[in-house]
Amino acid sequence: MSRNGILIIGEVRGGKLTGATLECISEAGRLVATLGGEVSVGLIGEGVGALAATAGRYGASTAYVLDAAELAVFRSGPYADAAMACIGAADPQTVLLSNSADGREMATRCAARLGVGVVIDVTVLQHGDARLLATHPCFGGSVLAEKECTGDPQIFTVRPNSFARVEVGGEAAVVPLTVDFTPSGVLARVVDVVSERAGILSLEEAAVIVTGGRGVGGPENFAIIEELAAVLGAAVGASRAVVDAGWKPSTYQVGQTGKTVSPALYIACGLSGSIQHKAGMQTSGVIVAINKDPEAPIFNFATFGIVGDLHQIVPALTEEIRRRKAAA
Amino acid sequence: MNTVVCIKQVVDTEAEKRLRPEDWRLDRTVENILNPYDEYAVEAAIQLREELGGEVTVLCMGPDAAEEGVRKALAMGADKAVMVTDPVLEGSDAQGTAYALSRALKTLEFDLVLCGVMSTDAQTGLVPAALAELLDLPVLGNASRLEAAGDTLMVNRQTDEGYIAYECPMPAVVAVAKGINEPRYPSIKGIMGAKKKPLATMTAADLGIETAAVGSAGARTRVLASTQVPPRAAGERLTDYGTPAEGAAKLADFLFDAKVV
Repeated sequence: MSRNGILIIGEVRGGKLTGATLECISEAGRLVATLGGEVSVGLIGEGVGALAATAGRYGASTAYVLDAAELAVFRSGPYADAAMACIGAADPQTVLLSNSADGREMATRCAARLGVGVVIDVTVLQHGDARLLATHPCFGGSVLAEKECTGDPQIFTVRPNSFARVEVGGEAAVVPLTVDFTPSGVLARVVDVVSERAGILSLEEAAVIVTGGRGVGGPENFAIIEELAAVLGAAVGASRAVVDAGWKPSTYQVGQTGKTVSPALYIACGLSGSIQHKAGMQTSGVIVAINKDPEAPIFNFATFGIVGDLHQIVPALTEEIRRRKAAA
Repeated sequence: MNTVVCIKQVVDTEAEKRLRPEDWRLDRTVENILNPYDEYAVEAAIQLREELGGEVTVLCMGPDAAEEGVRKALAMGADKAVMVTDPVLEGSDAQGTAYALSRALKTLEFDLVLCGVMSTDAQTGLVPAALAELLDLPVLGNASRLEAAGDTLMVNRQTDEGYIAYECPMPAVVAVAKGINEPRYPSIKGIMGAKKKPLATMTAADLGIETAAVGSAGARTRVLASTQVPPRAAGERLTDYGTPAEGAAKLADFLFDAKVV
């Protein structure tokens, strides 16, 4: 039985560790305080060694670094090879990854190699008798399932914004690792990396989201949604109707067949709040609804609702927040 | 070019979902449909066949009732189907499902394995990558573009910021993203024809599946408890607030008081 703390497989975007990674490191620190063992992090990519300092500041005591040209852009095969090298070196009791598409692909490949399972999309981790118990909101958050991984190590993918991010000001010892890549994994060749929304906030990682529905009225009218998002430092989302109408690409969609999000604040503008939309956002902290239809279902679960024309209220809200922020 | 599309019958996206208290498994005694994400995979396979020839086989693990979803895929235009149906497979987790599907895939000839990006009920999205691992094939998930030329696939993998373009030799596993195409509706002729298309049913024993690795007993994750979350209560709803600017000011008061801005 491996019994050596918690390993976080780091996720790097735009040269930085993602919020989900920092949150996992912080949470792991709280768990090992009673569980014992150490918190280590795997840094995978090209030129990622410098991120060890960040990982240390959030509480990792060891950073395993896999720095290779083959890892410059995500491919699940070589990334799983690298993650396995970290698991081999750290010999952890528990492995945490971000619940992103990349994180889940790595997790399941490592799990298949180790003959263990993966519990995905975890929002709470707590001590069980001998292992960790994970809470996984399923079916769009209408059911909370308490789950465990019966194998060793236990592998969990963690939903962004689930844990507090706390800088503890430590330093991580850097351990460089090397790996022989599985031939089938490097067959896919990266031809191009295209950024259509450079620097844009990921919906899953955003603490505030402003979403537009059919009531926005057309793609050109999304400008007022985007302006409100800008003053709030928020990500922009869209309902299924908006995506189906072609006003926004499917990467914007929140809902059962889109992204599942859990921001601290979710502002829904001109969307009715269908069951399938609710499934993607009902675990948000505060839900604000702006809709001209007083009967819209969104008002049945919004924390604060305002019945009115979003084309007037949204710009007024943008102006009001801008004014108050400037005064503060 | 021969494609196998892995599909799943799921609980309707509009149905109320719950875990049965006796074994914490999804109550499937409600309306079931072909997983909406899988329709994109079926459509992508048919489009590749229309362009390049070959055959589209749908592969489905599930109970007898899942035949409805299989017939829908055949009605859309898939050529034949294989169902893996066995009580020992009930309750399999994603790893167990991928293992059973991989055993079936080893009996089929293919250049490409297509999957939807996830099922709308379990929503794990783990199966495609686990399949690739078990079959020792490259995998590309979240594909927003899929084309083939010769023995090479051109795949764009959608990311939060845009996409990554890959070229990958076949055979390979690809999971297609929602919106990669517009899945066709089965025509009346397609629906009639689907009834006559070949459908082979395989058991765990037929495929040499080790029963210890599948079903509830083989699952490496376990649900210990489940609670229905009480519905969120409606909060304050403003209807009488004066002008839009006055309403916006009240909303701003709320946001600053709640410390979410």
